[in-house]
Amino acid sequence: MPDQHLQNPPATQPAPAVSPNNGSHPDSWTLKARTWVDRVLPMDHLLPDRQPYFVGSWVYVFGVITIAALVWVIVSGVVLSFMGPQWWHDSSLGHFFNSLHFWSVQLFFLFMVLHLWGQYFMAGWRDGRAATWMIGVVIFAASIITAFTGYLSQQNFASQFIAVNAKDAMNAGGIGAFFNVLNFGQMYGLHVMLLPITVTFLVVAHIVMVRSRGVVKPIRPEGGSAR
Amino acid sequence: MRMFTQRMTQDEYYRGVRMVPYDLLKELGLALAGVAVLAVIMAAVLSSPDVPPVTIAAWAQNDPVDFVTTATGELSGSTISAGYGNPYNTNGSGQSWGPIAPVRWFGTRIPVDSADAFVIQPLKTASVGDNDLGTALAAWSGASSDQQGKWLKAYTDALGKATVTDRKVTVATGDYGPLPTMMNNLLGVAQAGGLDGLLLVNGRFYQTDYTQGLLFMGDGGYLSGLAQQANLTGSQWGMMNETGQYPGQTWLWLYTMWYQVWPFTSHNGFLGLNAGNADLGIVILMTVLTVALALVPLMPILRDIPRWIPIHRLIWRHYYAPKRAAART
Repeated sequence: MPDQHLQNPPATQPAPAVSPNNGSHPDSWTLKARTWVDRVLPMDHLLPDRQPYFVGSWVYVFGVITIAALVWVIVSGVVLSFMGPQWWHDSSLGHFFNSLHFWSVQLFFLFMVLHLWGQYFMAGWRDGRAATWMIGVVIFAASIITAFTGYLSQQNFASQFIAVNAKDAMNAGGIGAFFNVLNFGQMYGLHVMLLPITVTFLVVAHIVMVRSRGVVKPIRPEGGSAR
Repeated sequence: MRMFTQRMTQDEYYRGVRMVPYDLLKELGLALAGVAVLAVIMAAVLSSPDVPPVTIAAWAQNDPVDFVTTATGELSGSTISAGYGNPYNTNGSGQSWGPIAPVRWFGTRIPVDSADAFVIQPLKTASVGDNDLGTALAAWSGASSDQQGKWLKAYTDALGKATVTDRKVTVATGDYGPLPTMMNNLLGVAQAGGLDGLLLVNGRFYQTDYTQGLLFMGDGGYLSGLAQQANLTGSQWGMMNETGQYPGQTWLWLYTMWYQVWPFTSHNGFLGLNAGNADLGIVILMTVLTVALALVPLMPILRDIPRWIPIHRLIWRHYYAPKRAAART
């Protein structure tokens, strides 16, 4: 059945409701989605050129340097995965990129933990930001699993013993039946594909939520629960 | 719920708050550059750990008695993997806490028959063209389980005083049946590097699954001895350590800590949690703690601590400073 809205209406009938600006139908999914995005995250909130004066603390830097470290983790990881597992053992350039990946991960976790503690003592979940905090904790947990699969994928003595040692906890928790830490192929695949995509997606969602709502105001001196 | 939604727009939320110039992309660019410089310097100066992996060949060459003792244990069913239970076999019950036993929920999803996979099948492969080994294997498979048990006990006892001669394990004279022939052949295959290939899963050309080889090495004392020297074992906070002087997964400090403290170090334990089911207990505990961390915004006391400890006054000192000055006047 043809969409009647797309046909020319008889002259005696009223014209269908359309947007006065561009002729779009108000039932348009695209228009609704764009309106929702414009309302939830307008460009001046996504890329702000102003901020509240109280955002003048080094604690706010922990978030952006965590993202910067994640970028270098991903960039060095992409180079390593492109060149293949033997490269970082047999070539000095490969070992350098392995080192770059290693230290980027260490910096990523250091900055993320500082960001987490900073947000805790700022009670960053207040004024409707609970979901932002929760996604942040999920990012932390997902990052730990990602790094764990990375340590298992190193193909050296540490990864061997970490696998042998860790299997007992995985099996005791029941997930060892599906998440076999002794299976290099499975751990490597998860490490270079599924888990980085998950972490990246969650980080993007976290950033969008932060930019959408803005940073939380300072804790009110007069008291009350930090909700 | 107010905790999850902000009823006003961002502009309404900041109404009355003084706004100052800000350049988000410049901040991000500087952060990217700064972290890059830091990471490149650390990578160039400090490098990264890459101790070569242990092979079964190295194990068999460097500690033949441990290798043969482990292989004999696989036949007698006394090793960790032989009696593990799920997901590898049904020979053990696995860890449980009361009725909670996740290890049994999904059955034997990664089947491993230690005796067959680590000893008998590799020997069958090696016996092609080797009459002595073929005869020994036939004698072994033809013997009753009672007879096999007697040979295994006698040989295992004798291995306690075994010596190594010409890279072969020698034990005192005794009735061990075909075991010395079988084990020294397996040792020879392993020392030549053959067992590293034979224990790859499924015997296909392309391989990425090292479950069998790692389980076998984990049963022996050689791998764990090296790990002990590198401070990698569980009782040494091993899960968060790395080889050499490098930081490992330091973010696992809390998880690793529980393995060092009561009740997870105790035989008697507390409320059924003890050293025997420490893995399960700690997995449950860390799951609860992680969920609690995520739910901090909903939890009284935990969410109020930031108000009680005035670290926020340091973070937002410019915000509070004029209020203090006003209060003084």
